[in-house]
Amino acid sequence: MTGRRTGGTTGAVRLTVGYIPLADAAALIVAADRGFAAGEGLALELVREVSWSNVRDKLNIGLFDAAHLLAPLAIASSLGVGHVRVPLAVPFNLALNGNAITVSPTLWNALADTADGDLASPAVSARALARVTAQRRARGQPPLTFGMTFPFSHHNYQLRFWMAAGGVVPDDDVQLVVLPPPYMAESLGNGHVDGFCVGAPWNSTAVDLGIGRILHFGAEIMARAAEKGLAVRRDWAAEHPDTVTRLVRALESAARFVADPANHEEVAALVAAPARLAVEPGLIRRTLDGRLRLASDGGTRASDRYLVIGRLGASRPEPVQAAWAYAQMVRWGQVDLSPELLAAATDVFRPDLYEAAVGTAERLPAGEPADNVGAFAGPAFDPADIAGHLAGSTQR
Amino acid sequence: LPSAPADAALKILVIDKDPIRRAILDAGLREAGFSNIILQGETAGLLNQIYRIDPDVVLIDLENPSRDVLEQMFQVSRVVRRPIAMFVDQSDRETTQAAVEAGVSAYIVDGLKKERVKGILELCISRFNAVARLQDELDRAKTALEERKTIDRAKGILMQAKDLTEEQAYALLRKTAMNEKRKIAEVAQAVITASELLK
Repeated sequence: MTGRRTGGTTGAVRLTVGYIPLADAAALIVAADRGFAAGEGLALELVREVSWSNVRDKLNIGLFDAAHLLAPLAIASSLGVGHVRVPLAVPFNLALNGNAITVSPTLWNALADTADGDLASPAVSARALARVTAQRRARGQPPLTFGMTFPFSHHNYQLRFWMAAGGVVPDDDVQLVVLPPPYMAESLGNGHVDGFCVGAPWNSTAVDLGIGRILHFGAEIMARAAEKGLAVRRDWAAEHPDTVTRLVRALESAARFVADPANHEEVAALVAAPARLAVEPGLIRRTLDGRLRLASDGGTRASDRYLVIGRLGASRPEPVQAAWAYAQMVRWGQVDLSPELLAAATDVFRPDLYEAAVGTAERLPAGEPADNVGAFAGPAFDPADIAGHLAGSTQR
Repeated sequence: LPSAPADAALKILVIDKDPIRRAILDAGLREAGFSNIILQGETAGLLNQIYRIDPDVVLIDLENPSRDVLEQMFQVSRVVRRPIAMFVDQSDRETTQAAVEAGVSAYIVDGLKKERVKGILELCISRFNAVARLQDELDRAKTALEERKTIDRAKGILMQAKDLTEEQAYALLRKTAMNEKRKIAEVAQAVITASELLK
């Protein structure tokens, strides 16, 4: 199913690409639906999926040529952690950031009652969470439960990083459960979880229903998190260099289009369309603009870092970002620490393929955090010394 | 561990929202000699259900978003008493592919020999494919029925408006469809739409 040429006069290369209906698939959707792929001689058939497990498996066995994938999952698959080992390559980073942590109004009030400052600061909210979990333990109440989307995801790692910075031990003091994004709001509403970390537009969905308050944007936990990559099998990339180049070029043009605020209305309509995310376009518009309502009766918070597509050097896959994700996997006991595994993890992100397609890119725009991560707590990230970095992070 | 249980005693949990497919899988597994089968349609609190049921094999359809919930079990082994591992690996590439294409995924408890459950997965694949074919036939039958209803309504409209017999009305629809290279049902739908507009 690879590199097939369609019959007829167009001669376009047909590619089947899996995705999960999330706002951070915008560059892929725009590439397919607004002519950028066709301009590179590609016909993209986007296939909407219901689980990351499905996307991974269908990419692994060749039902998909490429996929919108959680960046940490691309690394896990390449290392053979938690599943069959299939080496993947990420030649294009579809988005930085885009997640948010949302909590129930009850938990928000409990945090506000114990906060030693402004809850808008993740350091303050994490310390407040530590106090609330300690109180619950002292009263014999069950631990708080938080939802996230997959074991190998920045949703999982951002929640854990934030909690640990306040002194919470995620595996002992709270319960972390995997929930499919469409079930997040419902689970918060019926008390199955007390909070969650998920991508757009699901935080806003909970806010609009009046059952959740956005506590933090993921970008407040770390300034640059490689959230979703365009993943292909590594052997497929080696066998189809021309197709990879065209795909990267189409995505680069699409991502730049998404980045321009003048196009947000049109992009929101394309992404929200019934055949894609099938949501209200205004929801996507707010996501692209980085202006989110925090609570049904509260104000809004704006940040141009909320979801970063096609700007601030977001599209170039940065191996240091893969090293950061690998460090989180090590920190939380998903994988061992070894130079070989680190090398295998960083090899997943392929700036060489990206630059072969679009030319040499600026590595890190001025004003961006020097370690390319910008976490709100702990030492600056050094991929050459992950053991030292983890020892310096708050960890019990 | 005590000595391996007889295959008939394997506890098999089937998670599928489709009640028909659930029933067909159940029947198939029982026919094949398995008797310890638990059927689940609901996926609320899935992990807790699995801890409670403590299955040897879990089968889940790929249309189910809760499949990601199962994947967590490989990670947090201290939460689960019996870590569950994906049944299929590199050595079973063909079976894996067939399963994913059919739309089913299987998980087994760690340590269970996969040869013992290979038959279960193969049975699932064939039943899933059979259900898909059945669904396809059903869809086609439904469409045919809908089309016949549409054509009957259009015939009625034409008979009344142009004072035609039923045969003449049908011949007119057929001739128009041929001339315009369209399906009779499409022309019939156009007649119905036009008559609604002209009301």
